[in-house]
Amino acid sequence: MAGGEDLKLLGTRQSMFTQRVVWALKLKGIEYEFIEEDLVNKSSLLLTLNPVHKKVPVLVHGGKPIIESKIILEYIDETWKERPILPQHPHDRAYARFWAAFIDDKLMEASKKAFALTGDDQVKAIESTVEALQLLEKELHVKKNFGGDEEIGYLDIVAGWIAYWFQFIEEVGGFKVMESAKFPCLDSWTKSFLQVPTITQNLPPPDELRFVFGAIRTATCPK
Amino acid sequence: MSEEVKVLGNWGSCFSRRVELALKIKGVEYEYIEEDVYGNKSPLLLKYNPVHKKVPVLLHNGKPIAESLVIIEYIEETWKGTPILPEDPYEKAMARFWTKFVDEKCLPALWRAVWSPENEREKAVEEACKCLETLQSALNGKRFFGGDTVGLVDIAANFIGFWLRIIQEATGHGDLLSAEKFPTLFKWTDEFVSCSVVKQSLPPRDKLLAFFKARVAEANASK
Repeated sequence: MAGGEDLKLLGTRQSMFTQRVVWALKLKGIEYEFIEEDLVNKSSLLLTLNPVHKKVPVLVHGGKPIIESKIILEYIDETWKERPILPQHPHDRAYARFWAAFIDDKLMEASKKAFALTGDDQVKAIESTVEALQLLEKELHVKKNFGGDEEIGYLDIVAGWIAYWFQFIEEVGGFKVMESAKFPCLDSWTKSFLQVPTITQNLPPPDELRFVFGAIRTATCPK
Repeated sequence: MSEEVKVLGNWGSCFSRRVELALKIKGVEYEYIEEDVYGNKSPLLLKYNPVHKKVPVLLHNGKPIAESLVIIEYIEETWKGTPILPEDPYEKAMARFWTKFVDEKCLPALWRAVWSPENEREKAVEEACKCLETLQSALNGKRFFGGDTVGLVDIAANFIGFWLRIIQEATGHGDLLSAEKFPTLFKWTDEFVSCSVVKQSLPPRDKLLAFFKARVAEANASK
């Protein structure tokens, strides 16, 4: 099997970014060693491999570190050619990269603010979150997956946090925007995404996420 | 097959000029359409970039691609010839990493430092200088970030290569990028602007300086 002894992944089970890399490796059937990191007491290994950002995930291939989940996904696709996750045509690849950036920049920023803020600031952030979700809803129209394929791909993997982590962001953050009536395409995509065996078998338990998000909210919420 | 390549851009935008530089490196002929980004956005821009309503937008045979870095990856994959990215997947991942660092950390920190009020300036400058120092380390004795020739990271850092020194002249503050503080990065800016293909893709110096002097005057008048 591909990968093997010289492939390691530093991450945490609860991290949506780490799980992206896990899903990609497992979809391609690549063997690797998973190293669970303690993000409160960061290991010297993590600090050596990612001195600039000191974050997970870090993929280490033949001793060389690759950082930033979307960059790691592209690296994995270029290195192991079986079961491609990015589309072949440059225009489709541009589409995937554009929307991946949108999900991680616009939607994530708005969701983070909706999660951490209160009062009018939270209301504004919730509005921005809804606007971003509406744009994604439009893109999913008549498609089973974001990539337009039968099988999940890069953009579905990047969007994966919406299918699972988002509900806990809402729950702990004290807001609710994702309703099946308002976002029928996202709802349908979520259901089919969560039925993919590689995905369901690689999700952190709800209580772990509630705990982690609860701790983050306590630490970051304005008093 | 006759190709139709158009760029919707703005003369002073470093993001827009990134795309023009990438096209010139590849020797691709294109039609340039100037957008007034400060006034009313044209129907063309709103049609081809409805999500962000920003320049640059590349139109290839009528199909739009937005976001400068997504566009550059598209250009690399569509037109062969002088490569913008390394071929090796690890080197490619490193180039993408540094590009992301420029875009998400360096540029916002520099922008904040340039426009920050006096009482916040010291801290903003310190943060921006930390970014520049980290970026400088990526040069690692090379002439360009891309090695012997201009590559993705050089293109992404065009703001630092050209705009920043002009802005420093306009504001009268030289405490961000100087030969004393960052000798190798400073030298890189000279190499960058001397490169003939880069020269062709830069805005006129005097016009840019006048533009920023006017912005500085506006900012001071509103105090």
